[in-house]
Amino acid sequence: MKAPAFDYVRPRSLAEAVALLGKGDGEARVVAGGQSLLALMNLRLSAPALLIDIARLPELAVVSQDDDAVTLGAGVTHAMIEDARVPDPSRGLMARAAASLGYRAIRNRGTIGGSLALADPAAEWPAVLAALDAEAAVCGSSGRRRLGCVGFATGIYETRLADDEIVETVRLPKLSAAARWGYVKLARKSGEFANALAVAVVDQARGHCRVVIGAANGAPLVLAQASRALADGKHAAETMHAAIAADLDRAADRHFDDFQRNLHRVAAMRAVQQVTA
Amino acid sequence: MTAIGLQINGADIVDELPPRLSLADYLRERRNLTGTHLGCEHGVCGACTVLVDGEPARACLLLAVACDGRRVQTIEGFAGDPVMAALRDAFHRCHGLQCGFCTPAMLITACDLIRRGKAGSEAEIRQGLAGNLCRCTGYTNIVAAVLDAAATQGAGDAG
Repeated sequence: MKAPAFDYVRPRSLAEAVALLGKGDGEARVVAGGQSLLALMNLRLSAPALLIDIARLPELAVVSQDDDAVTLGAGVTHAMIEDARVPDPSRGLMARAAASLGYRAIRNRGTIGGSLALADPAAEWPAVLAALDAEAAVCGSSGRRRLGCVGFATGIYETRLADDEIVETVRLPKLSAAARWGYVKLARKSGEFANALAVAVVDQARGHCRVVIGAANGAPLVLAQASRALADGKHAAETMHAAIAADLDRAADRHFDDFQRNLHRVAAMRAVQQVTA
Repeated sequence: MTAIGLQINGADIVDELPPRLSLADYLRERRNLTGTHLGCEHGVCGACTVLVDGEPARACLLLAVACDGRRVQTIEGFAGDPVMAALRDAFHRCHGLQCGFCTPAMLITACDLIRRGKAGSEAEIRQGLAGNLCRCTGYTNIVAAVLDAAATQGAGDAG
């Protein structure tokens, strides 16, 4: 199908985009790569009255780093991360995740900020950024604020972003040299959205150990007990199995059926095995 | 209506378009470039893949008005391209097409794979073509054609 009619504007600055979004009465949407939003519009699942094109805003293209972290503008594309055209604070995890995301034609246009802001439960970046303990800087009419990527999404396509806020940058702590990560995406076809997605990061030097699952019928789910077991060095398969099972049991609000629960269990276990092997 | 200027297959074009018009519909219906095909219109089938500023993009998931100032290359615009010439020849010899619906976008995607040095093995090519659906061939002959063309073009050399 074709998208319904809408108005289109391409502001020249982030401030102008925020102002337009604020005046939109909830009927305006920002679009960067458009690789999800335009599909939803073509399917007539989304029908904004005004599209605000932020794809070329210079503020969203900024890339910088210091000793502790890399900051990526929200407009950095998946392909730029896949090709390491921007610094990688994650020692390869982000490039791996990017390469598993959709297809090259999608990755050339889709952006990391857009993926975070849309909060598709099956998307890669929300889970990966939560596992890396990234932080988003968002800009709205009342100013700028920082939001941790754990808890950034509050549900399916729901986030803590206010109606007039735009993700500006994502700040990613640099993993230390001895850090390890695991990444497992289960999907029936390469490039499809995940049926299960697990990310494990162990960085003892920074005291950071976290296991996160995506495609979890809601926001990315931190597996607290499995994360603790990793931090404590309790890597035995039985221990990890029990911890993951307990974490999944606690997530009763996600209403996993037996098949989903098993997929998540297998994905999480494999991701953990990648960091402990 | 929104005024735009863009380059299509090397020609500079100025136009005035309704924002809801996708790049694919613009190319097909207003520029008569019907080699860009529309299958699913939501980014899954890959049949509308074109190059925008030299990189593959889904023309169904791009607004024509958002292509203001950009360079668009469709299957009609590869006349002097040596990689595309090798691919056309290989698709012909290997029987890499049947109905032809997916073919223009297969060629454009394969051309990008070869240029980026991502067509070195069958597995790599299958991964790279996963976003382009073909309902006729079963892919075997398409993959063989891309392998064949990549071999003649030095697939390991990106750029």
